[in-house]
Amino acid sequence: MKEDKKLIVSAIQNGTVIDHIPAHNLFNVISILGLDKITENQVTFGTNFKSDRLGRKAIIKVSGIYFKDSDINKIALVAPHAKLNIIKDYEVVEKNEVMVPEEIIGIAKCMNPKCITNHEAITTRFDVMDKNGNISLKCRYCQKITDQAHLEIIR
Amino acid sequence: MKNKSLVSIDDYTKEEYLEILRVASEFEKNPVQNILEGRVVATLFFEPSTRTRLSFESAVNRLGGRVIGFTDSSSSSVSKGESLKDTILTVSNYSDLIVMRHPLEGSARYASEVATVPVINAGDGANQHPTQCLLDLYSIQKTQGTLENLKISLVGDLKYGRTVHSLLMAMSHFNPTFNFISPEELKLPDEYKLFLESKGIAYDEYSELAENIKDSDIIYMTRVQRERFADPLEYEKVKNVYILKNKMLEGTKDNLRVLHPLPRVNEISTDVDTSHKAYYFPQALNGVFTRQAIMSKILGLR
Ligand SMILES: [Zn+2]
Repeated sequence: MKEDKKLIVSAIQNGTVIDHIPAHNLFNVISILGLDKITENQVTFGTNFKSDRLGRKAIIKVSGIYFKDSDINKIALVAPHAKLNIIKDYEVVEKNEVMVPEEIIGIAKCMNPKCITNHEAITTRFDVMDKNGNISLKCRYCQKITDQAHLEIIR
Repeated sequence: MKNKSLVSIDDYTKEEYLEILRVASEFEKNPVQNILEGRVVATLFFEPSTRTRLSFESAVNRLGGRVIGFTDSSSSSVSKGESLKDTILTVSNYSDLIVMRHPLEGSARYASEVATVPVINAGDGANQHPTQCLLDLYSIQKTQGTLENLKISLVGDLKYGRTVHSLLMAMSHFNPTFNFISPEELKLPDEYKLFLESKGIAYDEYSELAENIKDSDIIYMTRVQRERFADPLEYEKVKNVYILKNKMLEGTKDNLRVLHPLPRVNEISTDVDTSHKAYYFPQALNGVFTRQAIMSKILGLR
């Protein structure tokens, strides 16, 4: 807990802190949010912090960016329990949770090797199926289901 | 339905199925008409399927339309590495309607998004084959006089058989009862059972054929394909279990009809062919009327 507080408070003047990311999905979150492509804003992250819920968790701090819900919700695929802290003037002014979106466009790969999306340059589209917190993706093209265990993020 | 692509059986509503069946029965009475005169239908078969292609082409020709296309991808620009998108955009320029068969799943949905003319899916891998489903509905309605409250036995490969899955989804609008008869390895996937349960539709599962067809109105036979088995021994064990023989039809209902999407291999013994309960060849003919109805509805001509 102390570790958290210190990270958040000492981190950034204005921006967003994304907490409770499963450590093994840190780089997927970075990729989904396009943080590996931005050139201006400072981005820092830490990983392998102890977490009762996740085992090991990661935290990302992004300076000067407030994400749109439609963008941040995309990380629900790999970090469904992520928490957002909106920082203004070093203060947490708002706390948000990630919401599972109804559809996912791009981002994920269909696990069906015979799916047309794996053979032509096509943006993938999925309907999100949420069964008791287990997210899986139904491909709009081949209609096959890609589950968490086979989820592959397009980078 | 005008200009609406037919990719999956659930693209159409119950009312639209019934409308297609109504128009198909008109074509059955009067199959030669000139309503497609001046129209061009492209039949793009990226993998061969002679039966389906001939059925579509017969349907177009009897209505006075013209057919362009190819019968397998080796004879087309596809073999030179052209993308599906480019092929579809090009053919859209030359035709009023595209009929497409493709080995990759989801290819027809994608083609319907890219094309500037409507697309009819004539089979996309193991995924969907909606015109087969509509001709099955037509055959059931024609032989039973109704689609409502029927007992339907589905036999053979219920795991991978796309015709079975489509028929099950389409018939779910008409309060059926199902018997699923298959080897353990080829049982109906849970997602379809959950779907039926959510709609309150009763079903039973069996592994034995002869004993469980007595009260059926329809027996829908499918092929058990060798390619489906990882272990060839497993195939050898089950390949001869689901063969329908004429003797098994003793004591079945008089209105019972046996359907099969064809081609059959050995799963219906040839001694069934002479039974008045055999309906798989007329079923194939119904495919022409049903496809005439689907194409003329989509082109806004009926
Ligand atoms: Zn797919």
